[in-house]
Amino acid sequence: MFWKLRLPLIITFFVGIVPIVSFFLTERVPGVSFARDTVERYMIIIAGFALLLGVVNVIQGNVRKIERRAPGWPFAISLLAGLIIMGSFGLLSAFRVGPFQGILTAPDGGDTPFFWMTRNLFNPLQAAMFSLLAFYIASAAFRAFRVRNLEATILLLAAFLVMLGRTPLGEYVFSWLPGGERWLPAATDWIMAVPNAAAQRGIIIGAALGAASLSLRVILGIERSYLGMREK
Amino acid sequence: MGELIGTWIGALLTLCIFSFLYRDNPFFRFAESLFAGVSLGYYVGIVAVNTLAPNLFQPLFGNFGENWDLLIPLLLGINLYTRFIPSIAWLARLSLAAYIAYYVGINMVQKLQGEVVPQIGSTILHPIGGSLTPVDNLIMIVGVLSVLIYFYFSIEHKAAVGVVSRVGIWFLMLGFGAAFGYTVMARVSLLIGRMNYLFIDTVRVTSQHLS
Repeated sequence: MFWKLRLPLIITFFVGIVPIVSFFLTERVPGVSFARDTVERYMIIIAGFALLLGVVNVIQGNVRKIERRAPGWPFAISLLAGLIIMGSFGLLSAFRVGPFQGILTAPDGGDTPFFWMTRNLFNPLQAAMFSLLAFYIASAAFRAFRVRNLEATILLLAAFLVMLGRTPLGEYVFSWLPGGERWLPAATDWIMAVPNAAAQRGIIIGAALGAASLSLRVILGIERSYLGMREK
Repeated sequence: MGELIGTWIGALLTLCIFSFLYRDNPFFRFAESLFAGVSLGYYVGIVAVNTLAPNLFQPLFGNFGENWDLLIPLLLGINLYTRFIPSIAWLARLSLAAYIAYYVGINMVQKLQGEVVPQIGSTILHPIGGSLTPVDNLIMIVGVLSVLIYFYFSIEHKAAVGVVSRVGIWFLMLGFGAAFGYTVMARVSLLIGRMNYLFIDTVRVTSQHLS
């Protein structure tokens, strides 16, 4: 019980208070800054291992899919191929094994295999995938912006003014009005600087207070779901 | 030659992704799964280059005498993977506890000191004479307070609280509308970039290699 349940909570408490204590006492209490720097140095490394944990999960899931010949299993092969080839080039470049010297530029000034794949596979795929949303966002806009009530109208007006005010088309469309090329950008600037900023501030303050209280719950051992335990 | 092959691979993969506009098809699913794999591989490389190599392996193997203590995070990091061995899976909790605890501790300080205090300060400290006009400042204060009240669920949104939270919804709608407008513009900008890649860059690189 102690090793499996209590010890993780004790570690959570003592490691969690290090950054909080060091924030208030760094310059005043000897040893605090050393403790903070040491823990920070260690945690950066553990974070690296934790990120790679997700990769192991993906490999496990896709290997299982191929073994069972689950629907769409050939696509699991392309996923694993991309992961293994790109990941291997990255690891070999990181540790400068054999001809893989450097991650971006090879010693002869040319592209490394990792950078070549980044430029010709990762970047085009990422940009194409996100740009695909430009088409679907139009139908989403139609559904979101139908003027059904006051709130939807405000949403529509704000989006309309921001889109027109930030593009040359807006200035062109309203240029026939007296001062039309000026008031639209000014209206957009006002929306962004005042009501939009107020809403964003409210969201940021609310979310930050929520995140801080969740952090406190984790440090005090009330929130335990990240350890696979039930809340106290 | 590498540039020509790379540009054509990029162009074909872009077309595979855009084929989804017709309907879901094997070309799209191939490109989609390849994207997932390549993205993960990319982050493996970036983590190895930016985190593990300079902070762990280079100091450890370069000067073990002065950096032997790095064996501690190395063991804690490897310990995370014991979760895949059911009999000792609980050991991973120790590393996970340390990792989560440190980042929630940092997060708590950053959120309070870096977001809550400055945002409240910018809202109420200079109601007259700041970068905004007094009327705009008043709108700002009303907006922030009403949005916060909208998100305050410990009291029922009735009577005066209901009215204020309704005003909060209006401010939120303005914010969401502006954010939506920017998202649309960002996506269209990406689309223009992809079209340039397909119709300008690919043609330019191909003609350069053919001539």
